[in-house]
Amino acid sequence: MLYREAINLAMDETMSEDTNIILLGEDIADVGGTFRVTEGLLKKYGKTRVIDTPIAELSIVGNAIGMAIGGLRPVVELMTANFSLLAFDQIVNHMAKLPFMSAGKIRLPLVLRMPQGVSKQLGAQHSENYENMLSSIPGLFVFAVSSPNYAYHALKKAIKMDDPVIFIEHELLYNKKEEIDRSSDLDPFKARIIKEGTDITIISYLKMLDDTASVLEEIEKELNCSCELIDLCSLNPVDFKSLEISIKKTGRLIMIEEGHRMGSYGAQIISWAVEELFYFLDAAPLRLCGENVPIAYNRKLELASIPTPKSIKKDIINWGTNNGL
Amino acid sequence: MDSTLMEDLYYCMLLGRHFEYAAKENYFQGNISGFLHLDIGQEALSVGTMKAFEGDVFTTYREHVMALSRGMSANAVMAELFGKVDGVSKGRGGSMHMFSPQLGFYGGDAIVGGHIPNAVGCAYARKYQDKKTGCLVVFGDGATNCGGFFESINIATSQKLPLVFLCENNKYAIGTKIESVSAFSKQAKKVEAYMPTVEVDGMDVLAVYKAIKEAGEYIKEGKGPIFIEAMTCRFEGHSISDANKYRSSKEMQKCKELDPLIKLKPFLDKVFLEKIEEQVIQEIMQAVNFAKASPEPSLTDLHKYSFTNEGLKHAL
Ligand SMILES: Cc1ncc(C[n+]2csc(CCOP(=O)(O)OP(=O)(O)O)c2C)c(N)n1
Ligand SMILES: [Mg+2]
Repeated sequence: MLYREAINLAMDETMSEDTNIILLGEDIADVGGTFRVTEGLLKKYGKTRVIDTPIAELSIVGNAIGMAIGGLRPVVELMTANFSLLAFDQIVNHMAKLPFMSAGKIRLPLVLRMPQGVSKQLGAQHSENYENMLSSIPGLFVFAVSSPNYAYHALKKAIKMDDPVIFIEHELLYNKKEEIDRSSDLDPFKARIIKEGTDITIISYLKMLDDTASVLEEIEKELNCSCELIDLCSLNPVDFKSLEISIKKTGRLIMIEEGHRMGSYGAQIISWAVEELFYFLDAAPLRLCGENVPIAYNRKLELASIPTPKSIKKDIINWGTNNGL
Repeated sequence: MDSTLMEDLYYCMLLGRHFEYAAKENYFQGNISGFLHLDIGQEALSVGTMKAFEGDVFTTYREHVMALSRGMSANAVMAELFGKVDGVSKGRGGSMHMFSPQLGFYGGDAIVGGHIPNAVGCAYARKYQDKKTGCLVVFGDGATNCGGFFESINIATSQKLPLVFLCENNKYAIGTKIESVSAFSKQAKKVEAYMPTVEVDGMDVLAVYKAIKEAGEYIKEGKGPIFIEAMTCRFEGHSISDANKYRSSKEMQKCKELDPLIKLKPFLDKVFLEKIEEQVIQEIMQAVNFAKASPEPSLTDLHKYSFTNEGLKHAL
């Protein structure tokens, strides 16, 4: 099943069970979504449950919060994370804080889906990653959705949860294929080991996870070592327990993400590891991320601004060689 | 109307049309990538506006033809689509981001409605500097649903700013019909309490030219902003990756009957028409060759332009 189909299925199945679940977003009804994620749902559930909104992100999120206050369970699609910026006041001051400020009298069963990331030459205003900002807001759960199976289970759980969830997708993953295991009881808050290993713990999520996986064997061969690749899955909260077990085993940590280096999400994972596991580390951790520059339209500049399979391989091999591997 | 002006308007529309054809072709050949919002069908609006308005303009992402009509060369605009160093934005911007302060073109913004408050600010600067020509901001029908739009009409009106709001009403925001998400199908309704509004046939370049000229004169009077709603119709999908499935073939046929180029033709000299087509085709061919030959930006310049050269010393 494709990533986009898995997200669709999770919404479809939950919607058929609970008429309080409604979808809203730009171009999601008639068109079926920019990335075709909501295809077919208008026909099945009608336009009172699959709502095309105007281009008004602040209101889309603000309205969804009000709908949740009013007893519905909205699932919002923001066309891309780039436009979530227009809704940031609603996300930060309302979505994340109303439950706390009301001493729990208000609950927000609300999911905010949005794809992010560098796609292909979409230019500076359509290429950003904002998981760092979104994860820095207390009061929100943030999931990074790297695979169809996780997408399916995590979204179903997120929709059924009574807490607000930011559900981050990546624009280049919609056609990713994976069999989903419907019977499994996946915990969306748990990190997932993609490949076990003993010498280096590599943590990543979204597209960088796949880019890393694609060169993992070559890295292992070159460094004659074994890598443990972990899909972080939940960015807030973080499954520190699983990370700790892995890092204590390997003694080495690499964090890979697409966003800019300054204020990067991974910096805090590294900071945690240095604070908590200092004496278990055999080398200074490595953090691979994007350059501190807006993303250019030109393909070469674009690719030079973010980690690529090629640069990931080169950087890890250099680092490993300099660190006794 | 003066025949040289009419010939110039026709030339710009034809250049725009062929430019967009070439852009489309080169997209499918892999020379252009990312977003490509073609202006085919809406040329009268782009050309008439850019030719008639004297002050500064702020536009959306659908701005190739506006950039050309403002005076940017087809070479530089095409090279930008190719992502090359000789492009208007040196390959950094791409199709949606053309800028030329010299030509008063604070072009392409890809955040819907995002540029409207910027135009309000620039209009304030022009008023402050006593530059009567003011500013013009172009946006779609969809953008009139943005919060920033409503904030802007209020601020521009309360400050009596020299600003022309130009709404290109093509009845769609990507695949969403305006009626399904907007309280009104005519967006002027949203503005009537704030400022004078004018409706114009956006498929008629002479009508657009006249309306924008008059609006340009109006804002010089210091009475504040004016709103123009131009009814128009795009012949293609929203962008090159939009299959345009939400419009019936009947609707498309009706739309294409309004072709602004065909509409202007009867007013023009036959010899001119024969000559100009050939000239435009040559010009576009040259632009494509120029874009192909232009070098890629150098990777050592990756961080350039984000700050001044002085600032870069601190940033890197
Ligand atoms: C803030 C924001 N939300 C969503 C988008 C995605 N988007 C790009 S163009 C567009 C439709 C715009 O419609 P309209 O304003 O009518 O302009 P048109 O292209 O029809 O001229 C949308 C929703 C965006 N670029 N920015
Ligand atoms: Mg429109």
